[in-house]
Formats: sequence, structure tokens, C-alpha cells
Amino acid sequence: MAIFETTKNKYEIVIGLEIHAQINTKSKLFSNSNTKFGAEPNSQVSYVDAAMPGMLPVLNREAIFKAAQTGYAINAKVNSYSIFDRKNYFYADLPQGYQISQFSDPLVEGGTIKIKTSEGDDKVINITRIHVEQDAGKSIHDQSPDSSFVDLNRSGVPLMELVTEPEISSAFEAADFVKKYRNILRYINSCDADMEKGHLRCDANVSLKLLGSKELGTRCEIKNLNSTKNIQLAIDYEVARQAEILDNGGEIRQQTRLFDVVTLETKTMRDKEDAHDYRYFPDPDLLPVNLDEEFLQKAKDSLPILPDAKKAKYIESGISEYDADVIIADKNVTEYFDQIFMKCDIKLAVNWLTSELFGRLKKENIEINNSPVTASNLLGLIKEIEAKNISGKIAKEVLDKMFISGEEASLIIERDGLKQIADDGLILKIIEQIISENQDKVAEYNAGKEKLFGFFVGQAMKLSKGKASPQLVNQLLKEKLKK
Amino acid sequence: MTEITKLKISELIQALKTKKISSFEITKAYLDRIKKYDEKLNSYILLCEEQVLKAAKLSDENYKNNIARNLEGIPLGIKDLFCTKNVKTTACSHILDGFIPPYESTVTDNLWNDGALLLGKLNMDEFAMGSTNLNSYNGKVINPVKKSNSDEELVPGGSSGGSAAALAADFCAASLGSDTGGSVRQPAAFCGVVGIKPTYGRCSRYGMIAYASSLDQAGIFARDVQDAGIVLNSISSYDEKDSTSCKQKSEDFLQDLNKGIKGMKIGLPKEYEMEGMNPDIKKNIEESVKKLEELGAEIIEVSLPHTHYGAPTYYILSTAEASSNLARYDGVRYGLRVSDKGDSLEDLYKNTRASGFGNEVKRRIMLGTYVLSSGYYDAYYRKAQKVRRLIANDFDNVFNKVDAIITPTTPNTAFGNQQKLSNVETYYNDVFTVPVNLAGLPAISIPVGVDSNNLPIGVQFITPKFSEAKMLRIAKSLEDEVGFDRYKLNFRF
Repeated sequence: MAIFETTKNKYEIVIGLEIHAQINTKSKLFSNSNTKFGAEPNSQVSYVDAAMPGMLPVLNREAIFKAAQTGYAINAKVNSYSIFDRKNYFYADLPQGYQISQFSDPLVEGGTIKIKTSEGDDKVINITRIHVEQDAGKSIHDQSPDSSFVDLNRSGVPLMELVTEPEISSAFEAADFVKKYRNILRYINSCDADMEKGHLRCDANVSLKLLGSKELGTRCEIKNLNSTKNIQLAIDYEVARQAEILDNGGEIRQQTRLFDVVTLETKTMRDKEDAHDYRYFPDPDLLPVNLDEEFLQKAKDSLPILPDAKKAKYIESGISEYDADVIIADKNVTEYFDQIFMKCDIKLAVNWLTSELFGRLKKENIEINNSPVTASNLLGLIKEIEAKNISGKIAKEVLDKMFISGEEASLIIERDGLKQIADDGLILKIIEQIISENQDKVAEYNAGKEKLFGFFVGQAMKLSKGKASPQLVNQLLKEKLKK
Repeated sequence: MTEITKLKISELIQALKTKKISSFEITKAYLDRIKKYDEKLNSYILLCEEQVLKAAKLSDENYKNNIARNLEGIPLGIKDLFCTKNVKTTACSHILDGFIPPYESTVTDNLWNDGALLLGKLNMDEFAMGSTNLNSYNGKVINPVKKSNSDEELVPGGSSGGSAAALAADFCAASLGSDTGGSVRQPAAFCGVVGIKPTYGRCSRYGMIAYASSLDQAGIFARDVQDAGIVLNSISSYDEKDSTSCKQKSEDFLQDLNKGIKGMKIGLPKEYEMEGMNPDIKKNIEESVKKLEELGAEIIEVSLPHTHYGAPTYYILSTAEASSNLARYDGVRYGLRVSDKGDSLEDLYKNTRASGFGNEVKRRIMLGTYVLSSGYYDAYYRKAQKVRRLIANDFDNVFNKVDAIITPTTPNTAFGNQQKLSNVETYYNDVFTVPVNLAGLPAISIPVGVDSNNLPIGVQFITPKFSEAKMLRIAKSLEDEVGFDRYKLNFRF
């Protein structure tokens, strides 16, 4: 259990997360406008998105399908009946004066996500719900001293909001939860989950209670955390802030707070007394969402193998848990690895991917899906090693060349004459040359200085420009020197 | 030949087809009449003179080339609640000042696709809130009908007061209104014309400025039942742009028009006789019932026990929805903006909405905000939803026994626009009409007689969902039997 200890008290940290994920549909939740990121301001706005008089929302079923898939991916119940409600409040970037969301009857309820604690143990976090809603637009305040601007491109973009039970006990766990959820979203392709592009935004509800106490403390909600690093930093700060107040006999005020990425502090946004009364009620412009068995079954059946199941499969095939975690942590890596998995030696596959290729990608700061070495080319290289056409050392050289040119291993080996010499005659010739040129060393060796064996191997490799098969050199040298 | 402007749509089409008259002549006749008399009524807030005359010429070409459509060349007036592309649409609210929609509402689009012509936009209670047409930013509308013994200005009813008055004054061949709680049927009764509120979902709400989304439905004012059916045939359609529009197969609502009502069962609810009701209205209902019997229908007394909860239920649900529907008028994107340099966003909202909305609209927004507020939601909104279900169940039960229900349309006839009525008294004008909207049913009001002041009286027929053909058939039978001649009413001009 994660405990926060001050000089005065020991506290348990209680965290619940609310994560908004943008459902990656082509069009918006209630209109057919494009959802593409980075377009000219207000270039992707329909009359519906701008809430022109008399305009009506029409539900995008694809968004519901993807949200249902997400529900099944976290082992949740997907409701065949759910309702869209209006959440009423005024803001310049909220054209309708209400957000269409789900309040009383959400699409998804329950579910779990497995995370790691900071001690490395597995922990299951229960999910309360996922509901579907539309995003607001964006207010821009820094373009002019006396005017604000509104960009409605995001207005109406589909979101699904996941709410966890307050079962997360540390900033580390919170960050790991977001990583695990993000990975699931990418696996099932219901959200691009790029935090920098705002596909994923997280609110954290943080409270402290004295160790052993049954009573939950007053919570503060930190809004709009946009990276796993900021989630961790914000929670760390907030925990320390609340502990200091409690240590000094103070009371936590229920607040909504914002995280300042410059000072790394959380700051008051509004007090509970200023909270909106959202006056939720069912949106009369939309019918309840009724999903038939066929729709739900299709959402269930279309799920790919998920990270946890993948991991189990890898471990079963002899991959270490550590390596399996590395491979499943990124959907693109998994997809890459699956193209070589079971097609060659597993140890070679893992090693050449996770240390050799990753090392080169990291150095050049390239993402796996932009790797100049394709999965099939990496497999080709491993096949050359397995066929003993090249040694491991030469293989690294070949990979370097592949990394620059994107060519196949076999082509480089052939062209640059890197193929391992596996011809007894040729190697024997080299060995004979070494022996005749180093008679003194041969005598020393025969006199018992066996360490010199390595010298002869080195000479043989040097003369063959590294191409001689190390095993053959070893074998033939031993035979020759004995004589 | 009768005066052009008094002809029914069915007669106009016949005359156009036989080239006895041109659409241009019809249109010109209406325009002349409007220009001559409408300053007395204030029914039109915008005339599309140039465009409509041009369109009329095109229609005449179509007749010449034998490619005329169902409503080719028929000039109509449209309630300003319907967005008309490139024609200013404000729902008679200051807050939509200068708003010109870049799109067309589906119902009007259907009309133009059938060849009908837009004469102009009609006055109404602001955002369709009211039953007197005294709540318009464009000024009140006056009923073209007056008492036999007095020139007192009478209300045309509301909220589609302009639409009812314009038709009653022969300023158009038919007009479009909207009916959320009686806003077509009540003014139709007050002005002595036919008014239809179709089944909820029969007509698309796309492009119709929302008042209360779960109750709003486009409606029609026409000279007789047949004309109303002709227009209903045109405006009804399934529309994928409106999620609440119904996929019900569209039919010819006139198919059974003249089949009579022999053997039909018509329910007379005992709850629809209330204290303070105009005794002439009671008398007219009794006479109508007698005539229905003479036509071979069986009259059955029925009970709709939750009827008297209709008005309070309506005023909770409609204002709740309105408070949210009208939140978009915030001065940010279109319409009125009242803001000084340096004002905060909140100032902009407050100033814009304070000067943009009229008192009745403000009152309903506040009511609606209140009934949805945390702590009050269960007591008001949720309870009203339950009562709504009970009211709908009442109708379902009755329709197991009868084909249609007959009621008065209103508890009184048109009253003076200086008459001081409390808000609650005004709200009770809708007592016979709101249950229909709450249950999503179709209903029609037809004029059947007059009161002692020679003011028209309407009766309402209510039928099950999607049974408009039957509704028209019953109404037509009574209409023929009564032979009401509205030109015997007293007009202001």
C-alpha cells in the first residue's frame, strides 16, 4: 500500500480518475463534419455544430460502436439501452448552451483494468462507467488584448469519458492506469490516444485519509492533465499540499483545481459553492440508444487480442515477462513483433528487436512504425544468422546498413561480400598461412600456453575480414594445432 | 367566378390546370390584398414580393409545359418559426435580429419541391410562446374577425396568430403554423378556419426553430379539410436529419376523405366540460355530436381522467425544454449582441439576453430553469414526465374503444386584446389542446358555428397516432354536414 508519510502523520492516498478519450471516428458525434486534427480554425463546423436555429443532432452510430468495443475491452457491461442527456451551462465555446452527454443511463458500466503498483505488483482497478458525449469548442484568449476568439472545430467531436472507482493509491499507479488504458484504446483502435493532440485528457480526484481510517477525506479535482508525466507531478504536488493543510489542523475545501505546468503547482479554479447546477435532463431531440444483440455481438467479436492476453501468449512461448511487457506496451511494437514472432528463433527475435533495432531507433528518435528496417527485413536478417550465412558481429554491421538504406539483408550481404566463409578448404588455407607465419607462437601453444588459442582465432578472423565462420575456425584450428 | 383570394386550393389548382387563371394573377391578387389591408392586422412581418412574382411566372411556365407539380403556383404564408433559406427568420424575437438562415426547413422545402410559393413570413408569439399573439417583437396581430356588435380588437389566438389571421383574411391560399400546445388549433378556432396538428414525428422538425422539442410539430391552416389534407400530403416526410421523425410510410391522407363515418365510434370525454366555459361552445359540441349521430356514427361517453393535469404538465415540460433550447441565443454567433468594449462574457450574455428576449419568453426560461434545478427536478420535471405517460395511457385506453374523440377546441371564443388576463388564465386557454401534444397525437380543429357575438367556434377531433386519413375523413363528414360559411362572420374590412 502506498503511504504518504509526513513528520506528523501517515496518510493513505485515494485517487479516482476521469479520462476523456476522443473516439476516432471520421465525423462528429451528432453531425457529419470532419474531426481531423489541426485544420484551419472553424473550417470543420456544420450548422449543427454551430447550434444554428432549428438544427438537430443525429447520432453517429460508429462512435457508439467504438465506445461499445472499448467497454468490452475492459470487461464491462455494455447497456443495450442508454440515454443522451443535456448538461446545461453557458460558455462561449459551447454553442448549444448545453453539452449532450450521458448522465443517468450511460452506455458502459463496470469493468476492470489491471495496473502495476510502484512495487511492481499487479493491481486491479474497478471502472465505474464509460459514457459518450460531445466535446466543446476552444476559446482563444491570447490573440488580441480586447477580444477572445472561438474555434468550433472540436465542437461536437465524440468523446468517451471513463470514470474509475477511487481505488488508485499513488501518482505512479495513476500514471500507469492511464498508460494501460491508452494502450487498450490503441489496440482496439477506438481512440488514437495521442495526449499531445488532446485525444486523451485526464481529471484526477485526489483526497487523503489518515492511515487506517475508514472515512474518506474531502477531495479536490485536478482538471485537464494532458500527459502521464503531468498526472504524476500534479498528484504528487496535490498530495503534499493536502497533507500540509491536514498536518496543520486545517480542512480541505472541495475544489476544482488546475495544474500549472510551469510552476508545477495546482491552483484553485473554483470552489464547490461556485459549481454549476447542470440541470441534466434527457435530450428530447434524440431517441434513447437501443442496441440490438447483433450490434453488441459484432462489437464484441471484432475485438483484437488485447494486451494482457498477448502478454500471456508471449510468456507461454518462452519470452521473459520483462520482454513481454516491453513488447505489449506499444501496439505498434506488438504489431511489428507479431510479424516475426513464431517465424524464427524467439530469443533471436526478441533480442534483435528490443536491443538492436530499438537501440538504433532510439538513437535516431524514430518511431517503430517509421522504422527504415521493416519487420520482414528484420526477419530476413535473423534468417541469415540462423542459416549461419553471417555471424552475429557481421549481422550488426548489416543491420547498420539496412538502417540507412532500408535494403534487405540478403542484398547487402551479397553485394558487400559479407557472406560467412563456411568452406573448409578456404579456412584451412588461412589457418595454414597463420601457422607458417607464427611458428614461434605455435611452439609456445604446444608447450602449454593455451591462452594463445584466442590469438590464432583472431588472426584467422582478421585475414578472412571477419567472414570466416567462427565455429569452423575453432574446429579446424584445434585439429591443425594438435598435429 | 368568386374573388380569386377566396378560392380554395383545390379550386385554384383546377383553375390553373385548365388555364382559367395564372399563378401570377393569384399571387398578385394576394399581394394587393395584403398591401391594402394587412396594416390593420399586422399578420405578415415580411413580404417576398419580388421573388414570389418571379416564382409564379415559372410556375405558369410549368403549367404551360405540363410539368406542374402538386402545389404548383399556390402562394402560401409561412410562420416565421420556419427557417427559409436566404429569407430573414427571427421567430419574432429581437434576439434573432437580422438572422438569415443559409438553409431551408424540411417542411417548407417539401412545399417548394411541390411547386408552392413563398408569399412571406407570418407574425407569431415570440418563439411560439403564447396563445394571444400579443408577445411578438414585431407587434401584436389582430383577428380579422370581429364581434357582430363591436369593433373591439380581438386576439387571433396564438402562437400562430399571424398564420391564422392571414388565412382568415384571405391573404394566402393556406399557411403553415406550428403546434406545441395548441398553437395551430386554438388560433384556427378563434379565426374560423381549419387547423391541423399532425402526429408527432409525422413532419420533420429540421429547420423549425425549437420551442419544446418533444411537443413541437408543424401544422396547417386551410380553408377546408380537403385543402388542409393537400398541404399535409406535401409537408409530411421521414427525414434522417430529425431523429424524432417517424419512418411511418407516407400515404395519401385524402384517400378516404369522402367515405363517410357510418358505423364509426366517436368518444365524447366527460372531462371536457369545464366550469366557466362559454355556454355557446357547449351547445355547439352538442349539436356537432347530434350531427355525427345522424351521419351514422355511434357516440360513446369516454373518460380521460388525467386531462385536468394536462396544462400544468405541459407548462413544466415545455418550459424545461425551452430553457435549454433557447440557451443557444447568447449573442456569440448570430443575431443580436449587446456588449460594450471591455465587457466580460457574462456581461455579454446578460445584456444580450435581457434585451433580446421578451417578458413571456423570459418567464418561461425562468420557469423551466427552476423545474430542472437540482432539488426540484424530481418534484417537477420527473413527476410531469410520469403524468405525461398517464395522459398518453388515457388516450390509448379510449382508442381501444373508439375511432376518434371529439372535444371543443377552446373553452372560449376570441377575446379582446385589451382584456386583462392573468398568466394562469391565459395558460388555461390550452386546456383542451395540450393533452394531444403530450400524447403525440394528431388533431384537427374545424369551425362549426358561432357564439352569441357571431364569433367562430371550433371543435377538435383527436385520433390515434398516424391515423390522419381517418381524422380528415371524420372532420370532412362533419364539415359537409354543418356547412359553416365563414364569410358570414363579421370582418374588420
